Amino acid sequence: MTTETPTQPLETEELISGSEAIARACALADVDVITAYPIRPYDTVMQFVSKLIANGELKCEYIVAESEHSQFEIVKHASAVGARVFTGSSGVGWFYAFEVLAVTCGLRIPMVAMVGNRALDDPGAFGCEHNDALAVRDLGWMLNWAATAQDCIDTALLAWRVAEDPRVFLPCAISTDGAFLTHSQQIVQVPDKSLVDRFLPPYDRGKFQLHPDNPITIAPQVNEDWLMEIRRQTDAAMRRARDVITEAHEDFKRIFGRGGDPFLEEYMTDDADVVLIGMGSLTLPLKVTVRRLREKGHKVGFIRVKWFRPFPGPELLESLSRFKAVGVIDRDYSLGSPLNGGVLFNEVRSIMYSAEKRVPIVGFIAGLGGREITIPVTKEMFEVTQKAAEKGEAGQEIHWVGVRE
Amino acid sequence: MTTTQDLIPLKGVKQSPVEELFTSGHRTCQGCESALVMKLMIKAAGPRTIVLGSTGCMYVANTTYYSTPWVVPWMHTQLGSSGSAALGTAAGLKALMSKGKLKDEPINVIAFCGDGGGADMGLSAISATLTHNEYNLLILMYDNESYANTDIQVSGSSPWGANSTFSPPGTLHRIMNRRWKKNTAGMLAVGHPQARYIATGCASYATDMMNKVRKALSIGGPTFMHTLDPCPKGWDYDPMYSHELGMLAVQTGIWVQYEVEDGKVTLNGPSKMLAKGKKRLPVEEYLKRQGRFAHFTKEDIAYFQSQIDEMWEKWWIPGVIPPGIADG
Repeated sequence: MTTETPTQPLETEELISGSEAIARACALADVDVITAYPIRPYDTVMQFVSKLIANGELKCEYIVAESEHSQFEIVKHASAVGARVFTGSSGVGWFYAFEVLAVTCGLRIPMVAMVGNRALDDPGAFGCEHNDALAVRDLGWMLNWAATAQDCIDTALLAWRVAEDPRVFLPCAISTDGAFLTHSQQIVQVPDKSLVDRFLPPYDRGKFQLHPDNPITIAPQVNEDWLMEIRRQTDAAMRRARDVITEAHEDFKRIFGRGGDPFLEEYMTDDADVVLIGMGSLTLPLKVTVRRLREKGHKVGFIRVKWFRPFPGPELLESLSRFKAVGVIDRDYSLGSPLNGGVLFNEVRSIMYSAEKRVPIVGFIAGLGGREITIPVTKEMFEVTQKAAEKGEAGQEIHWVGVRE
Repeated sequence: MTTTQDLIPLKGVKQSPVEELFTSGHRTCQGCESALVMKLMIKAAGPRTIVLGSTGCMYVANTTYYSTPWVVPWMHTQLGSSGSAALGTAAGLKALMSKGKLKDEPINVIAFCGDGGGADMGLSAISATLTHNEYNLLILMYDNESYANTDIQVSGSSPWGANSTFSPPGTLHRIMNRRWKKNTAGMLAVGHPQARYIATGCASYATDMMNKVRKALSIGGPTFMHTLDPCPKGWDYDPMYSHELGMLAVQTGIWVQYEVEDGKVTLNGPSKMLAKGKKRLPVEEYLKRQGRFAHFTKEDIAYFQSQIDEMWEKWWIPGVIPPGIADG
């Protein structure tokens, strides 16, 4: 593959939030239909979207719905007639749309949504937790977690490309940690539309487009006669998504000159004894701690899981066996689950069952409700994981960290 | 800018299009009036139409995989989503046509829902959609006065006292459904002054119903229709009487046929005659034909009649606007 170095000035450097970055991606992708409904913190993206529309920088049908359920249903039907769509929500708002979230996968409708990750209050909390987006993990949504505002714009472009690929035709949610990404500004390279056009082909629904010239019936009653075959087709689409994601990342790297590995971002893991694994904006404090601990001679590293669905099972299986112990950070909870661990913990532990060498795995519940994952908390997690490495066993598997006793 | 199709009024059943766009393949009950509503609705709309169907009888009984009766493109939508489905489809078409991604032509968009999907669960989405003036669409609520698909459970559109599997008469409580039927079309007409067309209909008056569909689709903007559909299974009568029961509903005055066009209310057909003073048939004639009212006493019938009398004698507009200002 030849590397095409973009010639300047095909990108501009701007100080924008993750939400604004995704709004800009909507304009770059020439999205056709966008639906909004207010809930913190995701709604910031729609504030930027509406401003772009008001200023003529984004041309689309923009509908402020009367609920999240309608918000997602409207774009579902717009996508069925061939329109590129964007929507989003947070926390219980995402749950209000849950019925639509479920059926969108079964209908094989490409839809790109932003989840501004938020706690499922009550009790009231605006802050970040990952349980909102994770709730759809079994249904056929592709899920990824952004770590930076740059990730937000890049991942959004990748999301349309993968979701609208006829081999996939599945919805994709971009998770952005509430406040940490939705409201915090960072330096972002905003690409020119000409670059985006080279990366992102038009959405073509093909023979599934609902139109009088193509009078198909979508979603009839199939019952026990056909539902199992259809579920299997959706499963096959999710399996194919892995290759499509890899392919899209390669193209992205070639055209935009950045990206890295599609599924995992490994940080100082080459000679590491102990690594922590996590998703989203906690990447930043983790990288800082890794550097500080390394200054003191500790061989530690960090792995960021970029795509949660499809899950990077093969990549983690290949990567993790070389360490002496692994700690998994969950900004979520899975009450009553195996070992009462978090969602990511259980998934990582599950994939490592087939490893020839089973490294000790400990799990951490951290940063719930938007509580900051501080440097001392990250150090504590490394210490616990280090002890597991020394003992050669996990011991107590699950640790709630940064929590009052 | 996409416009609407030019659907001229039919001057009688003989002018009705011959082409059937809702054909065999469905398995609705014998005497199902809602199936007739579907057939007339799409006959009136014509082939350049997309139909969205929310969950209910007209989804489950109509569209079995591999045997769809729909000749036009059809898509299921969730129970409470007829408004959103119509809006999303119309918005998608408009976006694609205005950007030159799709041939610019008027395509009818119709979303239908039952009374459960429309008068109950989907009301907020229908209301929201009726405020989006820039999209051309019709939401049609076929009202068989219960959740008929799931076993005949009472809905917000069921008549007072009707026997349903959720409101059965018993030894302690003869009347379990103590709610009066919602005035769905009336409330939508009054509540959405910029929606250009809201109408009621009944398939017993087929030409009138088809012309209302045609007007709703050609007038522009979001529109709403509410049809009363006798249901042999839910109302408990011999299927051969569906047509007759629809007529009785209108002639007894329990169902009012009207249209609200640009804010102006017109009563149609027999309802117009009743407003002009023609005598209404006693509602007992309608109630006694249906098993769902078999437990009614004379007092129940009298109460029912009194409510209908009040609607015709005291409402500002019968079936549409109740007496809002107190006398004096």
